[in-house]
Amino acid sequence: MIHLNNVSKRFRHPDGGWFDAVRATTLSIAEGEIFGLIGFSGAGKSTLLRLINLLERPEAGAVLVDGQDLTRLSASELRRARQNIGMVFQQFNLLANRTVAENVAFPLEIAGWNRADIALRVAECLEVVGLTDRAEHYPAQLSGGQKQRVGIARALAPRPKVILADEPTSALDPKTTQSVLQCLADINARFGVTIVLVTHEMGVVRAICQRAALLDGGSVVEVMDVKQGEVQALSSAARDMLEAA
Amino acid sequence: MEAITFAEAWSNLVLLGPEIWQACLETALMLGIGLSAAVLLGGPLGVWLYLAQPGQILANRFVAGLLGWLVNLVRSFPFIILMVSLVPLTRLIVGSTIGPVAAAVPLSFAAIPYFARLVEQTLREVPRGVVEAAEAMGASPLQIVFKVLLREARAGLVNALTILTISFLSYSAVAGVVGGGGIGDLAIRYGYYRFQSEVMLAMVLLLVVVVQIIQLGGNYLAARLDKR
Ligand SMILES: Nc1ncnc2c1ncn2[C@@H]1O[C@H](COP(=O)(O)OP(=O)(O)OP(=O)(O)O)[C@@H](O)[C@H]1O
Ligand SMILES: [Mg+2]
Repeated sequence: MIHLNNVSKRFRHPDGGWFDAVRATTLSIAEGEIFGLIGFSGAGKSTLLRLINLLERPEAGAVLVDGQDLTRLSASELRRARQNIGMVFQQFNLLANRTVAENVAFPLEIAGWNRADIALRVAECLEVVGLTDRAEHYPAQLSGGQKQRVGIARALAPRPKVILADEPTSALDPKTTQSVLQCLADINARFGVTIVLVTHEMGVVRAICQRAALLDGGSVVEVMDVKQGEVQALSSAARDMLEAA
Repeated sequence: MEAITFAEAWSNLVLLGPEIWQACLETALMLGIGLSAAVLLGGPLGVWLYLAQPGQILANRFVAGLLGWLVNLVRSFPFIILMVSLVPLTRLIVGSTIGPVAAAVPLSFAAIPYFARLVEQTLREVPRGVVEAAEAMGASPLQIVFKVLLREARAGLVNALTILTISFLSYSAVAGVVGGGGIGDLAIRYGYYRFQSEVMLAMVLLLVVVVQIIQLGGNYLAARLDKR
């Protein structure tokens, strides 16, 4: 479903030098998989995730999502392709002046759905995340966990093939974390959505990922399998991380 | 100046009633034109100024620099000088340099960059992440402007408009004195040149009340619109 082919990304520092946030990286993520990106702060996880929907444009390499090389698309083609890739954020990034229902409707309005279809789909998605009774509330009236469920419902609304989640539970307490992760796992199981999830906690990887890439210094150190809730790590860096977690 | 009784002052004001009403209409006309120009031209200019800043969706150093410089240039003119220097332009546009419509030309000229700057500052309060979420969903720049930026900043924009209205109520009084008519002109003509202080006082009180009403109305509307 997702193929990153030799992608790299560097940022210009204020002092004029360059910083390699992601070094030539090749990674394949299968359809229907929940794939983790794990590593310490500054390892390049968010940058790698944002390369998948081209929020960051790579210096080199190809980004294939659902068979399409996003780096070759025009601006309007890219916008259409992005409607097929949902995104969930650590800080939720909901629209404060829109109700829960209007937030979930937002990507559908963007995609040009008609009102009746939007209303139906919004109701469906709120049902999936268990927030039907909060439809008319504003984000300021919700708890962190509820806000993130709205974020997930919003990402799910346009029936995307892929959902990208950047530390979706890092702003939440452990109990809420479990329920939000469960929500993502449900969506993956019910609708077959491929999920790429950034985290710095092995616990999150164990809980819902089938595989995870360990990043360090902008490179993938190892792609680990998760079997029966145990991370199968070979490299010493990955073991260190497992012990630390 | 001779002291007069309250009753005399009141009857003077009553006699001036039609003229006061006329002055109010003139002020309303000047403000109406100036504020419309500010919203219709200064609003988009402010949005563009914001979008052209580094890191924003239409980031462009050259455009940001040029627009910022233009806005600052016009804003650095003292209003009275701007008025005088715009006389030829006013004559060209309106065909005359006196009356409220003529006075509205320099008022608009000053209000456009003023509002543009207020809009730009207000939009900065919209969290970058929210704009980014819209980009990630495939929103176009126009959709981002209308569905995200303006909507998320709407309470701040109402506050900006309130500030603009109150500032330009006072600018319009200056414009009035140099031939625009309106409340300020009336206050000067009777209160200063004809020594009828009660007219000046009444006009100032009127402005005080109007400013309070505008501010309260603006605050109320902003609070209603703000769901953050
Ligand atoms: N827009 C940017 N400009 C300059 N440097 C950046 C930018 N974005 C990221 N970086 C740098 O790239 C490196 C990788 O950042 P990234 O956000 O991908 O790390 P991360 O693994 O997600 O870390 P964290 O766990 O703290 O979120 C960091 O050193 C960061 O400072
Ligand atoms: Mg990050």
